[in-house]
This record gives sequence, C-alpha cells and structure tokens, in this order.
Amino acid sequence: MEKVKKTVKWLEKIMNLLFLACGLLTILFVILITIFLVISGIPAIRNIGIFDFLCGTVWASTAAEPLYGILPFILTSVYGTCGAILIGVPVGLFCAVFLAKMAPRKIGGAVRNVVDLLAGIPSVVYGLAGMILIVPYVREVFHLPDGANLFSAILVLAVMILPSVISVSETAIRAVPEEYEEASLALGATKTETVFKVILPAAKSGIVTAIALGTGRAVGEAMAVMMVAGNVANMPKLFGSVRFLTTAVASEMSYSSGLQRQALFSIALVLFLFIMAINLILGVMTKRREQND
Amino acid sequence: MKKIIAITTVLALMAAAWTGCGAGGSSEEKGADSSQTVATDGSTSMEKVIGFLSEAYMEEHGDVKVTYNPTGSSSGIQAVAEGRCDIGLASRDLKEEETEDLQGTVVAIDGIGIIVNPDNPVADLTLEQIGMIYTGKITNWKEVGGSDAPVVLIGREAASGTRDGFEEVTGTKDQCQYSQELTSTGDVVQTVSGNPNAIGYASVASVNDTVKLVSVEGITPTTETIQNGEYKVQRNFVLVTKKDTPLSKAAEEFFDFATSEAADSLITEAGAVPVER
Repeated sequence: MEKVKKTVKWLEKIMNLLFLACGLLTILFVILITIFLVISGIPAIRNIGIFDFLCGTVWASTAAEPLYGILPFILTSVYGTCGAILIGVPVGLFCAVFLAKMAPRKIGGAVRNVVDLLAGIPSVVYGLAGMILIVPYVREVFHLPDGANLFSAILVLAVMILPSVISVSETAIRAVPEEYEEASLALGATKTETVFKVILPAAKSGIVTAIALGTGRAVGEAMAVMMVAGNVANMPKLFGSVRFLTTAVASEMSYSSGLQRQALFSIALVLFLFIMAINLILGVMTKRREQND
Repeated sequence: MKKIIAITTVLALMAAAWTGCGAGGSSEEKGADSSQTVATDGSTSMEKVIGFLSEAYMEEHGDVKVTYNPTGSSSGIQAVAEGRCDIGLASRDLKEEETEDLQGTVVAIDGIGIIVNPDNPVADLTLEQIGMIYTGKITNWKEVGGSDAPVVLIGREAASGTRDGFEEVTGTKDQCQYSQELTSTGDVVQTVSGNPNAIGYASVASVNDTVKLVSVEGITPTTETIQNGEYKVQRNFVLVTKKDTPLSKAAEEFFDFATSEAADSLITEAGAVPVER
C-alpha cells in the first residue's frame, strides 16, 4: 500500500514538472522570437535611418542605388486591414446575430458548421480562389486593365476574418442576459430594435474583441494577399497594385542578401510590433469585459 | 500587468540591441577538407541550374561537396579572380578586361519567353517595342498592332533571376512600370492566361499552351533558335575559371560534368537551354 502511494506521488511530481516544462517552453519560444527579431531587425533601421525607413515612400531594394522606404507597405497594411474590417465586421456581426437570436436550431447548426469549415481553409486556397475568381471579376466589373489590386485583397481578407468575428461575437451576444431582451420586447420594441438598441450595445466589449481578433488575422495574412494584390511597391490606391508588410517580407526573402535582407527583418519587426499593439488592445478589452461581468 | 511587462521587455531588448549590436556578424565556417569541396560563387539567376547540377553530382560522388554562394555575377567573377572560390558563376559574358586572367565557359543558355494571352492578336514584337511597353512608353496594344486595350505588365519580384535577365536584355533595368510582381513563373503564366490584356515573361521551358509565346523580331523561341543565338531575349550562363591556376581535382571533375552531355537533361529540367555541341 505504502509503495503504491509512493509511486503515485513520484508520478505526480514528474507530471507536474513536465507540465511546467511545456509551459516554460512556450514562453521560451516567444522570448527567442522576440530577441531574434529585435537583434536582426535593428541594424538595417540604424543603417537606413529610422525616418527614411518608416516614412520613405520608395522601395527599390535591388536598384543600383537602393532605397528602403516602407511607408507604402505600412499604409497598404493599414488600409487593407481597415477595408477588410469595414466589410467583414458588419457581415460577421449580423451573421452572429442571426445565429444567436433568430436561426432555427437546424439551420443555425448548419451555418455554424460552414463557418467552422471556413476557418479551417488554408490561406493559400483563399489566395488561389481569389486569383482565379475575384481578380478577373473585379477587372470586369470595374472595367480595369488589371484586377489584382488593394480592393481584391480587401475582399479576400474580409472573407478570411469572418470566422473569428462570427464566433467571438456570437458568444458575446449569447452572454447578454435574456431578461434584457425580454424587457425590451415587453415594452413594445420590435425584434430589430431590440437587437440594435439593447443586445448589441450590451455585447459591445465582446464585439470589440471580435474586431481586434479579425484585425490581427488580417494584418498577419501573407499568402492569400500575395496572390491577389499585385505586389508592386506603390503607395496604396484602391484599384492599384499594392504590397503589404507581410508580402514584402515573403516575396523577397528567398533571394535577398546584405542590407536588403536586414531590411526585410526590419519589416518583420515592424509587423511584429503591429501585432503586439493589437494584442495589447485585445488584452485590455478582455480585461475590461471580465471586470464588467 | 503581464502585458506591460512583456512590452517593457521588448522595448528594453530593442534598446539593448540598438546600442550593442553588430555582434551578430558573419563567421562563416570553411569546409574542413577543402580539397573535397567545390566552392561556386556568383549569379543568383543560376541558382536553379547549379542546384540541379550539384545535387546530381553529389549524389554520385558522396565524398565531394559542392557549395553555392549567391552573390551576383560581378562578385562571383571577383571572387574567382581573387581565389576565394573554385568556380565563378556569371549570367553574362565576361568583359574584355576580365578575359585577361579569366576563362568563361558557357554552361547553359537562359531563354526568356515573352508571353501574352491567347486572345491577343499580337504575335510578334521587336526588342525595342518590348522595352517601350515595359517602361510605360507604349500603354495600348493598338500601338503595336493589337486591339484597342491597355497593356497590363506582369513581371517577377525584384530579386528574380528571370526579371534580372529580361530587364538586362531589353535595357529596362529599374524602369519597368509593372502592374503585378509575382513570385513564381507559374503565377505569371496563370495571370497572363487569365487577363486578355496582359504581357509577361517566363523561362521558355516553363511556358505552356494556356498562353501565347510571342516571337521577337520574327524569331520564335525554340531550343534551336536559342542555341544559335537568333532569338534575342536570352543570355549565357557562364562558368568562370582562372586561366593560370589549375582547378583542384574535385572542381575539375565537377566542371567537366557540368559541361558534358550528361548535364543536358539536368539543365533542361532547371528551365534553361543546354549549349549546342
């Protein structure tokens, strides 16, 4: 008896250590990536000058006299993400309202399954679909010479952020106490009025979290936008060929050398800081929501 | 709170790196046994050809290691002249002053096909027209005998060897007004096949029948017209060696292999055209 107890105790201890080790490993990865990015990203910024790097409007990394201005990439990423949010969030939010409040059980289940499926589609498939379906379509509808532009990228990104927006805001809407809705309906408000004036305001912080999550996803996407955005380092125009921060790194990394390579690391660092900022906002939002509950 | 700590850590790290960097320098290790290493250095465009050749060679000769340092044609030529590598790789012919001490041997030819959509009536362009199209001086297909439609320029990313070769031959270096810069030959072909107004370039070997190969100054690119030099949008891939110093045994064997008939199929596989024998 004594012996068995002792073995169990040992096992407990070992398992505890194992869990701890795995936990620490995750932290280690984050720290390693951070250190790596910072160390490899700083030299080029110092070399080029932080102002020329962040505010320069010309990127010509392989020219005889190379220029490394990443403002076009930063603005493209910001505009592209905002555009995707502008289109994707209303659609996702209304879909969440439908799922949480209106959908008959069977249809709701089906829609939810499809949304989960959407989340599981690899981004290269989104890119391929965008390249073959959206790009020619955009070209024809808007009578453009070429359909690979910021607008196509926004459309693809809008679809890609849908799953996270839908699932997080659905949870938030479900968390609104039933009494609010009943009270509103009892006072004679219609269902639509209840949704817009009672439920959505009450679920506000959860919806903001959904938006932040969608933003994170859109900022970090590389593969899909690379295939539909045209990838020319122009200052962003809605119907012009553009390059995102992510695609700037991805498209040149394989051949680059010297300062060009270092500059790509610096772009990655800028992107990393962007994502950190979004995560920070997300963290603050979640905390505030916990406090509200 | 945790977030704040994380952010502070990052900022502190950044500050530390800002002041104390430069430590992450390059301490490249030389191969332990240099007699069994064949060091090649040079053109980034030749990456695929050299990759295919060295891989096949190393498979047969397990004790030999062929290394490749992608630095660019000029630095490759400089490296071999200074004895820093065994074989220099250049995707251009040697200049006259370089041929004094150096020997250039053409290992393969890079034929770049100009492609348009199959619906495009344009079937032939001159080199000058191609240059004017890509620099934005010609913006409508009717100016070169096509229909009244804007020209959409499809190209490759800045670091691509194909782009480098194309811009060099057409004299459009750093002046191209691309509307798309794609990262693979397949993407270029796919995009040109999907847009009736598009024009693009790709290695002749990787062009399929979803797009139309345009003849340049009346010459259609085929293995023959590329080999005999009639087709203009091409350049040589050159192995550069020193005239006075003999190659090491391993390097010489690799050199012989690369220039032998056995290498032809590998060169074709890598998207280039073997030389005429």
